This record gives sequence, C-alpha cells and structure tokens, in this order.
Amino acid sequence: MVRLPYTTALTTLFSYGLLFVFGQLRDFFRKLLGWIRKPKDQLKGYAPICLGLEDFYVRRLYLRIQDCFGRPIASAPDSWFDVVERCSNDNNKTLHRTEKTSRCLNLGSYNYLGFAAADEYCTPRVIQSLKEYSASTCSTRVEGGTTKLHVELEELVARFVGKEAAILFGMGYVTNSALIPCIIGKGGLIISDSLNHNSIVNGARGSGATVRVFQHNTPSHLEEVLREQIAEGQPRTHRPWKKIIVIVEGIYSMEGELCKLPEIIAVCKKYKAYTYLDEAHSIGAVGKSGRGVCELLGVDPADVDIMMGTFTKSFGSCGGYIAASKEIIQYLKFSCPAHLYATSMSPPAVQQVISAIKVILGEDGSSRGAQKLARIRENSNFFRSELQKMGFEVLGDNDSPVMPIMLYNPAKIPAFSRECLQQNVAVVTVAFPATPLLLARARICISASHTREDLIKALEVISKVGDLIGVKYFPAEPPKHLNQGHNKLE
Amino acid sequence: MALAMVNVTASVLNWVSSYFDAPTRAVVFGVPIDGHLVVEALLVVVILFQLTRKSYKPPKKPLTEKEIDELCDDWVPEPLTPQITEDMTYEPPTLESAAGPHAIVNGKEVVNFASANYLGLVGNEKITDSCVGALEKYGVGSCGPRGFYGTIDVHLDCEQKIAKFLGTPDSILYSYGISTIFSVIPAFCKKGDIIVADEGVHWAVQNGLYLSRSTVVYFKHNDMKSLENKLEEVTRRSKHPEKVRRYIVVEAIYQNSGQIAPLDEIVRLKEKYRFRIILDESHSFGVLGNSGRGLADHCGVPIEKIDIITAGMGNALATDGGFCTGSVRVVDHQRLSSSGYVFSASLPPYLASAAIAAVDYLEENPSVLSKLRTNIATLFNELSDVPGLVLASHILSPIVFLKLKKSTGTGKTDIDLLDSIAKQALEEDSVLIATTKRSSLDKCKLPIGLRLFVSASHSESDLLKAAASLKRVAALLIS
Repeated sequence: MVRLPYTTALTTLFSYGLLFVFGQLRDFFRKLLGWIRKPKDQLKGYAPICLGLEDFYVRRLYLRIQDCFGRPIASAPDSWFDVVERCSNDNNKTLHRTEKTSRCLNLGSYNYLGFAAADEYCTPRVIQSLKEYSASTCSTRVEGGTTKLHVELEELVARFVGKEAAILFGMGYVTNSALIPCIIGKGGLIISDSLNHNSIVNGARGSGATVRVFQHNTPSHLEEVLREQIAEGQPRTHRPWKKIIVIVEGIYSMEGELCKLPEIIAVCKKYKAYTYLDEAHSIGAVGKSGRGVCELLGVDPADVDIMMGTFTKSFGSCGGYIAASKEIIQYLKFSCPAHLYATSMSPPAVQQVISAIKVILGEDGSSRGAQKLARIRENSNFFRSELQKMGFEVLGDNDSPVMPIMLYNPAKIPAFSRECLQQNVAVVTVAFPATPLLLARARICISASHTREDLIKALEVISKVGDLIGVKYFPAEPPKHLNQGHNKLE
Repeated sequence: MALAMVNVTASVLNWVSSYFDAPTRAVVFGVPIDGHLVVEALLVVVILFQLTRKSYKPPKKPLTEKEIDELCDDWVPEPLTPQITEDMTYEPPTLESAAGPHAIVNGKEVVNFASANYLGLVGNEKITDSCVGALEKYGVGSCGPRGFYGTIDVHLDCEQKIAKFLGTPDSILYSYGISTIFSVIPAFCKKGDIIVADEGVHWAVQNGLYLSRSTVVYFKHNDMKSLENKLEEVTRRSKHPEKVRRYIVVEAIYQNSGQIAPLDEIVRLKEKYRFRIILDESHSFGVLGNSGRGLADHCGVPIEKIDIITAGMGNALATDGGFCTGSVRVVDHQRLSSSGYVFSASLPPYLASAAIAAVDYLEENPSVLSKLRTNIATLFNELSDVPGLVLASHILSPIVFLKLKKSTGTGKTDIDLLDSIAKQALEEDSVLIATTKRSSLDKCKLPIGLRLFVSASHSESDLLKAAASLKRVAALLIS
C-alpha cells in the first residue's frame, strides 16, 4: 500500500494546480486569437470531436511530456534494444523519427522469461510453421480457421495450468471483454477488485450485469460486500441474484502486488460465488514451475472456476486463453462471439507458445526452463531489495517481477524518464489516467534475460538519477549513502 | 308525527342556544368568562397535547447477522453455463495445411471456400520471406503496449504505407481485427451522442455501439429510404445540434448478408443532415475499386468525405490486426482514448511486415483484382439455380451468400439443415463451405445461410466443382 506523506501531497497538488492554471491561460489566448482571426468554417454545423475540457488533459499536460511515451524501437524488445531518437520542431506537439538509434537497457518491456527475441529452440520451429501454415488462416475458428496447432496448444495449455480444457483467442484484451458477457448477463452480479484492468471493466460493462467494487486486495471487505448484496438481492426488485462472479487478477500490473488468493477463494466458496482469475502477468513468471499464482500461493486450480491468461508477457507471443471445466469450454466454443466471429490466432504465434511452454516444462530436453524461472526470481528479489536499501519507495511483493517506484510529482515524471534515457537506460513512467492523479510512478519489469551486470548498471543509473531529482523518499541504509542532500528540480 | 319531530328539534335547539346565550356565568379574578371560551380553551389544550406526541412510524429493523447468514445459506446460484445440448458439441473441421484455395482436412485434399483469402495471398512467397526476416530480427511478440516500448519501426512504416495507399493523412494500427471497430466507436461516441446504424451490422459493431452508451437508432438493412427517414426524425428531435455529435455507422460489404452499401447515396444524406460517417471496410479493402482501394474508389467518392474508415486486415491482406484511418485529428485522438490501442499489446511485428508486403503486392499487381471479379461472376452465375437455395448477396461481393428459399419451420431446424448440407459437401465432394453461426449475444435478425468466400487463386474447375456439389447435395436434402 502507498503511504503518501502530507508535504509530498501538497507539493504535487500545487504542481498540478499550476499546470491547470497555465493550461487555462493558454486556452483563453487560443480562443481570443481564434475569435480575432475567424478561421474558415468548413466544419460548420458539425459538433467538434472533443468539446471543451474533454481533451484539456491531453492538450495541455500530456503533450508537454509526449516524448516520454510511445518511444519507437528498431530491434527486438530483448534485454538490450535500440531506441529510435525523435525530434520536434514545434515544442513537442508533433514528433518526427530520425535515423539515429541508441542502444539502451530495457527495463520496460514485458519479457519475463526472455522469449522476446529470436530463441534457439522456438524460432526455427516458428519459421517452419510459418512456411507450412502461412501467416494467417483468414478465417474464424468455427469455419476454416482451426488447425492442428490450435488443437495441440489448447490441450497443452490445459495441462500446463492444471484444468480440464482450454480455449484460445487471438488477443488478450478481447478475451476478457468478449468472454464476460457470455457467462453472465442482466440479473447477475459482478464484484471486481477496484484496481482491475480496463479490459475487465469493459467486459463487465458490456455484459449488462450489475457491477460492484471491493477494496483492493481486502478479503474482509469482499466478504462484507457479498453478505450485503446477497441479503439485498437485485436493485429495486430485491429478487435474488442469478449468479455472482468475483473477478481478481494474479499480479496487478500497476502495483506489482500478488493477489491474496487463498483468503479470497475461501470467502467465495463460503458464499457460493464463482471466481475468475486473470493471470495476464503471473502465468509463466511466478511459481516454482511457472504455473502462476495458484502454484505460488498453494491454491488448487480446481477451486478457481475460470482461469484466464495471456501469452504476450511470459511466452513472447500474442493472444489469450481461458482454462476451465469441459462444460464451460464447450459452451464457450458454441456461443462466445470472439470465437465465432474473430480471425483465429496466427499459426506462427501458436507455435511460439507451444515451444515456449515445452521449454518451461523441460520437455525440449534441456533445463533452460528451470534456469529461466530461477533467474527471474533471483533477479526480481535482488533488484527490489537493492532499491529499497537505496531509499526508494518501491511497491509490490517479493517474487513479483513488476516493481513500481513512486514519483508523485508531475515534473519528476519527464525528468526521471529523460535522465535515464540519456544514460542509456529505458524506463516506463506512468501517470494519470492509468494511475490515480497524485500517484505517478515509474514501473520496472525485470526479465530472466537480464544478467547481474545489467542489473547493477541499472541500479547505479537509477540511484544517480534518483538523487538528482529527489525521489528517495525513505531514508537509505546508513553504510551505503552518506550524502542525503535532496536537490529538488521543479 | 312530523310536527312532533319539529317540536322536539326546536326545543333541543332552544335549550342549547339558551345554554350558550346565557349571561356571564362566572367571574374569575374579576374577568368575565363566557361559556364558549371554556370549550375553545379545551380544544387548544387538546391540539397542543397531540402535537407533542411523536408521529407513528413502523419501526425499522435492519437484518441481524443471523438473518443474513440464513439468507446466504438459502441462496442457490444458477450454474455458470447452461446445460450442454446436442447442437453445442459441434467440432469444426481441422486443417492440416495452410488455408489456401486447396487445403488438407482429415488427410484429404479439399477445395477451400471457408477462408476469406480474397487476393490469394496465403502462401505467397514474397510475404513469407518478409515474415521470416521479421521473425529473425524481432522475434514473435512485441511485449508491450504502444505507449511503453511496444512501438516498433515496422508499425510506423505500416501505418504510413496504408495511409499513402488510401490517400488519407494518417492511419493507426490495432492488434486484432474485431477489436478495431469496438474500440473506435466508444472513442468517438459518448453518452448523449446520436448514432444511426444499419440493423445488419455484425457483433463487434453492436458491441461498440453498446459500450459507447450513445442513443442508437437502427434503420432497415441497406434501405436508403429508411435511413433518410431515421435521419430526418433524429434531426427534428435533437435539441442542441452544435453540442451533440452525430454518426452514421455502416459496413461496406456486410458479412451477414453480402450486400454492398451505396456510398454515394449515404454521402449525399450525410452532407444534407450534417452527420459523420464511420465505415467498416473489413471485407472490401483490397477487393472493391479499380485499384483495390475500397468502397470509396468503387463508388467514385473522394476519400476525404468519409470521416472514419476502419478495416480488419484478416481478409484480403492475409495477415492479422486492423487499422483505422481518417484525418489527422481523428487518428491522433485515438492514440490516447481508444481502449483497444492503449491498454493492449501491439501487433506482432511479423504481421505488420506481412501487411506491408501485401499492400506492395496489390499495388504492383492490380490484375489480381480482375481475376477475383471474374471468379465471383462465374460462381454467381453457376449458383443462380441451386434447388431450395437463393442468392442473397450483391453480384460484386466476394462473399457469396445463399439462404433457404423457404424456411423449414424453426430457426433450429434451418441451422441443422444448412449444417448437414455443409457436412455432406465436405465428406462426399471435398468442398469446404461455411454456414453462418450466430452467437446468443448477437442481436442481428437477418436470415442465416451458407457463405462461400471467393478467392482470386481459385481456378475455374474449383468453382464449377463447388457449384455442382451444392446443387447435388441441396437437391438431396431439401425436399
């Protein structure tokens, strides 16, 4: 949990207030100039795409620091990659690519097990499947888009995760937003964690069921909400709910925290609610053999009704899956719109996942899988403990490869990002609206392909930059740092 | 008798009035008090007494913990999914080779009419080579959303290529075909906006319309008179035209019926009533028009008049993903407010390079379009006299749609009949055809049927074989 000290909150609010005032001033001048110059009214009669303050945040705040986001790269997103330099001649409003690139350490891509670049086992097989099945099937799964590879992968995923059957989709986002309307509709209740991902929110909204939120990762509050809702029934009619589904995530991508899964499952079993676990970031990355939070926290996969995951993060491919009992999967194959209407997953991507899972399970004949899993665990724990020793405010639990460093102040976001890039370390900074307004942060994703030297270099750079901009909010451990002088660069 | 009553009443009245008219009865502390003042004082005392009483409300008893426990124990949820019935156990045919014009199913070679491979690019050498190069350089996945180091230079090249090909200022890539339209619509349409959409749009468009929370009005499928009426109605009822955004949502080639939208008519109506157009060109990009530039090229409408064009690339371009194109304002707005773009990983780089290679191929070989058109015309001709089935698609549409001449009674028996036609065609004549499947969430009411996707790489014998097979099987199964 984040503890926001008062002085920091005040200075952050003051910064945002200042930016808001300046933005309004500029808007006022723009309106004045527009009124004086009288632009040609070719769009007369049409309402503008964004009215008034709808895109104020984009125009006046985001565009100033646009160069920190959306940086293009010119190589594979491996542990070291080439970031393309961009230049702007109108004060960051538009950015243009240049020919120059700089080799940087990658601390931002979701490459937990190091499958992002060409791999010695996976890539030859992927190229083989490309030549055999071509890049796309141009068809939906139910018409002519099911190949042998898809059937093989579904069985393999079900075996890997520990459920009876699985179904594949071509994109992780669509998996959530097209699946939730299928299993629950009007008259049902969805209780979701307050910090759930946008795809889950969209899916819940698209289903037509009532949605209630419980406090992030607090099983006691979940129990309270469940009791209250079952006792009251549907709003206004007070009829009993048709079914209740509780949606949680394995690792929350903006906090790096693990879900309190055993307690939540116990609560759900007691009140007969169904559970839906979204393991987008945790499958393949945590657990002794990479099987996700269930293995790490000692929960039997049979206790979770529906397990969802994506292949983008740990397996270096694209797409998503749902694993559940045979009946549920059979029903989904019959009625889920993403299965009936969407192009099936590209065959080379399917082959990549098959090969990656085989490496993780050790079925390729080597122990690379076990090495990768051990390395990512060591790397995450080492990095996190070192950062905490230096005095940074780092969120997240042990063993989780995602670690956000709190920045808070809006001016520190571009400062941290640009300073690190100058020293050839590429980090990801996140601000509103992905996080609450006052809680901007820099998010680090550790990979199994980072070596110890890479991590030590990253730590040096982050420490230097942290001193420069003053984000070491906690006292550092005495022997390492003698100089505590904060130079605040506003 | 009446007299006696009158006498009694009069005497009672006299007695009462004499009582009240009696002179002063008492003198208290030197103040004379009339009799009626006592009654009035009593009345005031009674009123004050009632006012001081608390009003009666039935007591509010919140549920006790024990009662909540009992309710929780009593409550029984429905099962997560309904009972599996016979028709839910459908297993689609499994391909053992690429989805080209000829594919291998169950060890046998079949003629494939179930893949939307319009330009025959599945298995093309140049595209495979560019994919192999991209795989060796970039790996398979892009490992991040566009905002966080997931933007690879091939994405930017692909966006520029598509924009140049279509003649628009800019375009934006999405990582999955159907997520394109259901992310674009909520990015532009918010609560309070007005959308007029065709009733035959497919599920992804319906989902986008639902998520946008705007007011949606449907007009009859591909009927311009109905569209004009709805536009007229909506414009009359709208109160603040400068603040409300208005859109018309249509598809270029409807995948639920194979009809083509008359774009010049729609543009005329749009300019008359001041609406913006959102056009989904998934099945017409790379197919219609002299150079394959889509419906605008085909109808002779300048591309600037269409505000937003979206398309999935999983059809003619034989790759995956989607794009959206329009003016600079339209495209820039999506980079921050389109949920399928911001919150999702980007398109795998090898698919983006496949798209670039496909567009290159289309620019260099425009003759493939005329081959496709000849194939469609041949098949259309051959299928015009299948017993029991009637052609329902447009003569130029690469989706040839056949529906039942007479329904067999219920929707379920129709589906069963069509499924058995497709199954027999596959098993006996080795022709792979698809029937339209409808999800339970789909609100489209158009009739279901058989769909054949014509490709430029089908040979004439393939087309004749398919037509002959359908005629034979339909004659057998449709009485």
